[in-house]
Amino acid sequence: MKILSVQLKRRVIIGLGLLILVTRLPAQDNLLKVLDDSLKTGAGHSHVTGTFKATRIVNLQTVEAPARGDLNFTIQHRFGQLNSGSYNFFGLDNATLRLGLDYGLSDRLAIGVGRSTVDKTFDGNVKYKLLRQTDGSERMPVTVAGFGSVSYYTIRSPDKTYLDATYRTAYVGQLLIARKFNRIFSAEIVPSYLHYNLVPSAVDKNDEFAVSAGGRIKITHRMSLNVEYNYLLPNQVQSEKVYNSFSAGWDIETGGHVFQLIVTNSQGLIESQYLGRTMGNWGDGGIYFGFNISRNFNLVKRTVRKSVY
Amino acid sequence: MNKYIIFIALIFCAGSSYGQLYYSRTGSIGFYASTPLEDIKAENNQVYVLIDIGKRELAFSSLLKGFIFPKELMQEHFNENYVESDKFPKATFTGNFTGSVDVKKDGSYPVQVKGELTLHNVVKMVELPAMLEVKGGMIMATAHLMVKPEDFQINIPSVVRNKIAREVSINVNANCSPK
Repeated sequence: MKILSVQLKRRVIIGLGLLILVTRLPAQDNLLKVLDDSLKTGAGHSHVTGTFKATRIVNLQTVEAPARGDLNFTIQHRFGQLNSGSYNFFGLDNATLRLGLDYGLSDRLAIGVGRSTVDKTFDGNVKYKLLRQTDGSERMPVTVAGFGSVSYYTIRSPDKTYLDATYRTAYVGQLLIARKFNRIFSAEIVPSYLHYNLVPSAVDKNDEFAVSAGGRIKITHRMSLNVEYNYLLPNQVQSEKVYNSFSAGWDIETGGHVFQLIVTNSQGLIESQYLGRTMGNWGDGGIYFGFNISRNFNLVKRTVRKSVY
Repeated sequence: MNKYIIFIALIFCAGSSYGQLYYSRTGSIGFYASTPLEDIKAENNQVYVLIDIGKRELAFSSLLKGFIFPKELMQEHFNENYVESDKFPKATFTGNFTGSVDVKKDGSYPVQVKGELTLHNVVKMVELPAMLEVKGGMIMATAHLMVKPEDFQINIPSVVRNKIAREVSINVNANCSPK
């Protein structure tokens, strides 16, 4: 009986020791661990942001658009061709530009208008995000946006009296498919359909198709290098020698501005011009230096309500 | 024999008094970094909070992506360029407080909190006064502190330096219920 009691005593002491040990574990870390566990189960997926810095890689539309209530003012500027000689100061004597305004009606839908120097062209466009890439559980691997544009050129052609409004109009439909692979690298693939109401000759197609690819590599938080290649499917334009558009750019972001320094073989700045009517040839110096500047204006402030992520 | 059993029972009783945990998943952290040049503020209303009254310990945890800015672009820059929320998704605080709190008696109990604030992969010791307000079995915790972005290796480029306050004012409040 006495031996039993000694054994019991020992067990009780060990038990007590364990109990004290358990209650004396690093408690703060426990609290934080409990929180982190519940944070993990409570957190849903969130939309990936900042796939690209600007609404264009260089000329090609990106899946980015102004947020709801944001107005984006864009100046796209191209000098003349590099091979135009020292008399034209290697292109710097000439300039073409497009002024554009884009507005976010919702976080998915944006509309825009623009006016380009080339052929004195007006354009209007709509961009709608159909799918948005999410992180975390990887539910949606890509962002997909539909882009539609109508362009109408107004340059006077007294010798072509038949050029009415219909003939001057062209339409473009694009599917922008992009993925932000990591914080540095994003890529995009874009199939395009173009329709020109009037083409130069009967051998040219009114309906054209193109496939574009582009991407960016961030070199710092606020800078990235971009390239894009726009492949116009062959034998669609016969009467003129057209080239595929290749462009490279360097993005610099400072607060609400994005500056893009670029080189490209396209003079045109809208889809119906650079996709189907690129006349410059990289091989013989038909290259344009230029820049895009965009400035974001916040017109409608979001009310800070229940946060959602 | 009986003595031991009573002793164990006592220990367990003491153990249960340790479990005065108060919890919230809707705590709120707001920060303000406005300057005359730019209005900068954000709020996160999904902060997880745990307070152990018995041990005088508390912990906060929040996802940086949960901070909502009135300007969407500002929110994107906050996540992409400043706190790098894809690399370091959370801001946390864990620490102790001094001062007594009687959860059975409604009232305001000022406490002094000391602990580690973790943000942008930098851990910093902070000490600040806070208020724990007991009301109807709930505890409302409020606190205010100032932090410098540079202390957390959040680099602000010189172009925008004057647009962002040198010291960011942070308000914390959480209404915690017994867990």
